[in-house]
Amino acid sequence: MNNKPELLATAASLEEAGVLLDAGADALLIGDDRFGMRLAGHFSLEDTAAVLKMAHARGCKVYAGLGGIMSNDQLEGLPGYVKALGELGIDGIEFGDPAVLAAVKQQAPGLKLHWNAEMTSTNYATANYWGRKGASRVVLARELNMEEITEMVPLLEMEAQVQVHGMTNIYHSKRKLVASYMSHQGRPSDGGSLGKERGLFLIEAERQDEKFPIYEDENGTHIMSSDDICILEDLHILMEAGVQSFKIEGLLKPAVYNAAVVRAYRTAIDAFAADREQYAFDESWLEEVRALQDPERELSFGFFYKEQVY
Amino acid sequence: MSTITKPQFKGKRYRLDKPELLAPAGNLEKLKFAVHYGADAVYIGGQKYGLRSGADNFSFEEMREGVEFAKKYGAKVFVATNIYAHNEDIAGIEEYLRNLYEVGISAIIVADPVIVDTALRVVPGLEVHLSTQQSTLNWQAVSFWKEEGLPRVVLGRETSLEEIAEIKKHVDIEIESFIHGAMCSSYSGRCTLSNHFTDRDSNRGGCCQSCRWKYDLFEDARPEGPWVSEEEQAEAAKSPERLLPGVTQLPLYQPEDNPFTMGSKDLCMLESIPDLIEVGIDSFKIEGRMKSIHYVATVVNAYRQAIDSYMADPEGYVLKPEWLDELNKAANRPLNTGFFYDTPDHEDHIYEPEEKAAPYDFAGLVLEYDAETGMALIQQRNHFKPGQEVEFFGPNNTFFKQAVGELWDEEGNPLDAARHPLQRVRLKVDQPVAYFDMMRKRKS
Repeated sequence: MNNKPELLATAASLEEAGVLLDAGADALLIGDDRFGMRLAGHFSLEDTAAVLKMAHARGCKVYAGLGGIMSNDQLEGLPGYVKALGELGIDGIEFGDPAVLAAVKQQAPGLKLHWNAEMTSTNYATANYWGRKGASRVVLARELNMEEITEMVPLLEMEAQVQVHGMTNIYHSKRKLVASYMSHQGRPSDGGSLGKERGLFLIEAERQDEKFPIYEDENGTHIMSSDDICILEDLHILMEAGVQSFKIEGLLKPAVYNAAVVRAYRTAIDAFAADREQYAFDESWLEEVRALQDPERELSFGFFYKEQVY
Repeated sequence: MSTITKPQFKGKRYRLDKPELLAPAGNLEKLKFAVHYGADAVYIGGQKYGLRSGADNFSFEEMREGVEFAKKYGAKVFVATNIYAHNEDIAGIEEYLRNLYEVGISAIIVADPVIVDTALRVVPGLEVHLSTQQSTLNWQAVSFWKEEGLPRVVLGRETSLEEIAEIKKHVDIEIESFIHGAMCSSYSGRCTLSNHFTDRDSNRGGCCQSCRWKYDLFEDARPEGPWVSEEEQAEAAKSPERLLPGVTQLPLYQPEDNPFTMGSKDLCMLESIPDLIEVGIDSFKIEGRMKSIHYVATVVNAYRQAIDSYMADPEGYVLKPEWLDELNKAANRPLNTGFFYDTPDHEDHIYEPEEKAAPYDFAGLVLEYDAETGMALIQQRNHFKPGQEVEFFGPNNTFFKQAVGELWDEEGNPLDAARHPLQRVRLKVDQPVAYFDMMRKRKS
């Protein structure tokens, strides 16, 4: 009962990894662009080893994201990478594609597996299915609401991870949509990057005040939410429900911002663990985050309090 | 396609002798047309667990009738149970699947492993096909699903012919691919635009096609940059336009440009039938449970002829231009070949305003034909009148144009037009027609 939930953050670089651990993260999610999906940054095996050393020295964990939708080409390097991660002592691997399961079974049996299919991890029974295939944690879809999350946690035969802060992917195509558009305009890309660092965004005709970041990488085109989830105010609901890991998505955010977010959630988790009876959210915990929040991006509850129809 | 090597099959051969033509059927009537016009199998949606909540969808009684009808043609009926389930959806799955099996459904098309698992456990006689919604692109994943007990995988639309050949080489399993119709431009299942814009859950059938909406593309030009790293901010500061006072965003379009969109052209692989067959795709799937009877019949008819013609004489096969003409009569978007040969680029997307309507309408259905008098009894499906040019087409090589002559009702009273839905009208036809042949006319 006294086990504190894990506070997990994504790191974009070795430096940021250190900053986030300093801020109070219990675990970091990093990875290699060849196999990961929408990683905050790319980590070579050498950097991965450095992060592991830094984290393990503080009793913290490091997970590798291998959430790519794999094509035949990617299978070739996969076993070697998984083997190397196992040898480095990685604490777990996130996967969506069953190809990763096979590689782990062969190359690093016993390695902890976290099932993360992003928007399609939507029910407890499917999570338990992947549990029977070896997963010990499910990363829940960000499109679930609070009721769905709290009713499903006790039904899980594995740990649950919930993203509590940051942006989410809302559309992923293998197509190069920005480059295609520029070619269509007759102004093929000026050679400038179409990646994360460019600051590209879309505005839909009838939603002028919402900016949807868009970028291209080796996995195609990604469109991101116009708001940032921030569940801190109601984190106690998820802590009471027994969610074992809270994720802070740091993609497309500066390290200084992510560190402020980690500090805020650290404070809440520690306060809850210290005295859950007296626990109350304190607005001041969010001050630093609010001061650094991009004024054009709303902090919202995401889908936590939404009812969706179909 | 010189890089495609013909796959060699060893051991137990799952590959069908002749590729299956798999057509959509949004309702019982469409099912009958799809089967009569040549589909080897149809896929339909039931009242639950399907991704087309806006379609008519079948009751179990209608499914039973559909299965009976299809059986007469030796055709099968599949049911799409392809949602990603939420907790509340789970309780009814077992009963639903038992009912499907009981009414004679041959296979279900499934995305969510909870439904895969339940089906394998509860109704072992019901085949489970993995849906394209799983975005399966590699042979290792295909192999995983085979070991789970699935005889067929519908690949993600992102697989190329070369990748399919590779998959067939590694795994002995039936492969189904979409070959015609509308496409998600995203990885299927990896899009929640509808959830974000309209609170409709795309992975449970609520998709409102936000990928086809219009967007403007900008670049962040705030002096502090797009809130990334300090180095990137420094880099950005070097471009002078970023330093203009008051400018926070740069539009990446000119006033005369078409807006940005993700909308894709529709898939059409009719010109590549030999490649599809040679690479070993076992089931050719046509998209479109929401499409019209005219669409389904026309598209099935064209592919049926192409496949049969190739199978009868692979060496002497020639694509007939009239098959393509036929497809264009039903098409409501420009067509392309998706990912089969290469990754789609700007020519594969629709930036211009869309021409929504297909150029032809279903005008009438042939109910009877009297060879002696050359008279046909037609059930009206759309307004037509004497003098208009119409086309007759059907699955047994019916294909001719004529002008509509005089019209009579069943009692022999002359009519100035067929203006009532389902009205039965007699007219003289220039060539023999058969029951279930269709009459179409160009839209005015």
